[in-house]
Amino acid sequence: MLHKFIVYVEDKPGVLNRVASLMRRRSFNIESLAVGHTDKPGVSRMTFTVDTDETTAFRIEANLYKLVNVLRVECLTNEPAVERDLTLIKVRADDQTRPSILQIVDVFRGRVVDVTNESLIVELTGTQDKIEGMLEVLRPHGIIEMVRTGTVVMGRGPDAPSISPEFVQARVPEESAAR
Amino acid sequence: MKRSGAQIIWETLQQEGVDVLFGYIGAATLPAYDALLDYPIHHVVVRHEQSAAHMADGYARASGKVGVAMATSGPGATNLVTGIATAMLDSSPVVCMTGQVLSHLLGTDAFQEVDMTGITLPITKHNYLITRAEDLGPSLREAFYVARSGRPGPVLVDISKSAIQEIIDWEPDADLVHLPGYRPDLRAMPEEFQRAVDLINQAKRPVILAGHGVILSGAGQALLDFVKQANIPVALTLLGLGGFPASHPLNLGMMGMHGEAWVNQAIQEADLLLAFGMRFDDRVTGTLSTYAQNARKIHIDVDPGEINKIVKVDVGIVGDLRETLEFLLPQIEPRTHEEWNDHIRNLRGDSAVRDVRYLPDDGHLYAAHVINDLWHYTDGKALIVTDVGQHQMWTAQYYRHEYPRHLITSGGLGTMGFGLPAAIGAKFARPDAEVWVIAGDGGFQMTAAELATAAQEGIKVNVAIMNNGYLGMVRQWQEFFYDKRYSATPMRSPDFAKVAEAHGLTGLRCETRADVEAVVQQAREAEGTVVIDFRVEKEDSVYPMVPAGAALHEMIRRPSVTGTPIGLT
Ligand SMILES: Cc1ncc(C[n+]2csc(CCOP(=O)(O)OP(=O)(O)O)c2C)c(N)n1
Ligand SMILES: [Mg+2]
Repeated sequence: MLHKFIVYVEDKPGVLNRVASLMRRRSFNIESLAVGHTDKPGVSRMTFTVDTDETTAFRIEANLYKLVNVLRVECLTNEPAVERDLTLIKVRADDQTRPSILQIVDVFRGRVVDVTNESLIVELTGTQDKIEGMLEVLRPHGIIEMVRTGTVVMGRGPDAPSISPEFVQARVPEESAAR
Repeated sequence: MKRSGAQIIWETLQQEGVDVLFGYIGAATLPAYDALLDYPIHHVVVRHEQSAAHMADGYARASGKVGVAMATSGPGATNLVTGIATAMLDSSPVVCMTGQVLSHLLGTDAFQEVDMTGITLPITKHNYLITRAEDLGPSLREAFYVARSGRPGPVLVDISKSAIQEIIDWEPDADLVHLPGYRPDLRAMPEEFQRAVDLINQAKRPVILAGHGVILSGAGQALLDFVKQANIPVALTLLGLGGFPASHPLNLGMMGMHGEAWVNQAIQEADLLLAFGMRFDDRVTGTLSTYAQNARKIHIDVDPGEINKIVKVDVGIVGDLRETLEFLLPQIEPRTHEEWNDHIRNLRGDSAVRDVRYLPDDGHLYAAHVINDLWHYTDGKALIVTDVGQHQMWTAQYYRHEYPRHLITSGGLGTMGFGLPAAIGAKFARPDAEVWVIAGDGGFQMTAAELATAAQEGIKVNVAIMNNGYLGMVRQWQEFFYDKRYSATPMRSPDFAKVAEAHGLTGLRCETRADVEAVVQQAREAEGTVVIDFRVEKEDSVYPMVPAGAALHEMIRRPSVTGTPIGLT
């Protein structure tokens, strides 16, 4: 199952390398990773998704806490959350095909951000499913280039995970306990 | 006040209580070494940087304090790597400082530049690259704190020569540890404690698996109290030896690949395993699919990353072991577990006197005898440091480990060459201890140059080489699994006694069991470091043994020998 993690880290050189190195060494396979600043100076936020079972997901969380520069790990897999990916797709489009492509873009509520005689750049924001859906229908027209930011996730409701909580509870998966 | 980076290094180390460090000079660290002369910190010049890391590691394991090693940039720094990895896998608190090129040269492949923070990323608990003197104080303080807190481990501080030379205004006590994300204090969910208590109180055939965590967290007494209340037998990992006294009636001995047969059998029959500060290494579990299949499992460890890593547990409690045991104790109901303990006593049966009894005393010298006798003549009180191989396992089996921090051995990484330098480090930590190295002829030669260090420092460690003319542990595998095809394992060695003498040290030789007592006593009485070349049986093997791929209870036992059985002294 696809697990979604938010990781707050200190904004210091090499931190991304530490997280990536941990994932590589323990063979946790990252599906997508997005990194950026938060509203708090010195704190970056990573979102990553990993396709794995629950026990491994807990181990990922535990291992992330072993990194000295990791401030907080929040697993949003089973929480109500908003999830978005941003994609830019450069697709082949001439006078003949352009109208039907524009129609597709419209249906997916994408935006056209660049036009030439032979191509369009389409910007699309949404869940992975939605993006996959549009890609599917655009593909026959000829995709020249594509870029995706990776998934970002935010829990619904008025609360946010505290960046440096008083203490953190180490979780052990229920499934193994029930046995 | 005005201070150079070099001065800040030593003043910060002094504040951290450092009075000795192990290292090797070079261009990048030269200005730091120049300043060192002005401080009352003793520097031990090693013969190879790997040994500096092992010495710091041995110092840390013997004392519980942070050990410090230093090397110059480039090759000096890379020479530390094996020692750092050794400390990492055995959770040993070590701070390694390396020199680095001038900061404007970083990333240019300058002379003697290597990316040490990159190289050591996966083998340190944390590391730092420092380019400005102002970062030295805080980072070094953090390094010591991270190294010793939570699950201990090595921390590398890579220091650019620019930072060492820079002069800044510095307030000695203003450097604070600021690690908002570092959580050595992760806590267990409260429900877990209740679940653990219920399982313990209901168990019929429980076994405690005690690991290095018992020693690292100082949980020895808490474990004794726990066992007194619940009468649960205790099996130990290699690094747990000494964490629970060998003389205790409920001490089963070592578990695992070369553990005692009855210990492994008890684990396989258990209905509850209590893993205390251990990590289910593949050397202790045998094949996982057949490991303790009927047992529920409770795992207590400071490191949340260990829980459910190898063995799926029913209850995982993250926390300091001593605190956790003290917290659990009042809720543990008294039990005798008479039937279960009787059953294990029966399993033990004859083998309780161990296989060593059946070694023929026919003029041959067996390492097992030497180690048993060494235990006897040192009254079981020596601080034993081993190298890696057969002699290491025999030491685990035949020296009876009564006290914590009296056995120092490379478990996780199994680093040959560890013994002598780690012992030198241990001797600096505990100058009053009687320190013995038990090494193989192969491993001893990997770091034998440190005899010169021992001689230069005028310190006394006794080195007992179990000289079997082979890389014995690997030869044993070749004997068992490769049809006795001894590829690359026979080893011709120099005359070790003469090597010692060449260093101005005492060298002794022993070829029969009758002489063991005399050489041991001679070594104990001699001044300075002594090397004893014990010419032991060449093709002897460590028994019992769980072969790779077998279940834990499927052990190869010592073949019966005809000969006069002789008892243990
Ligand atoms: C640095 C290193 N290289 C290789 C090995 C593999 N190895 C493990 S035990 C062993 C043999 C050790 O021989 P010796 O030191 O003579 O001890 P013995 O087993 O004979 O007691 C070898 C080669 C190792 N553990 N460490
Ligand atoms: Mg040997």
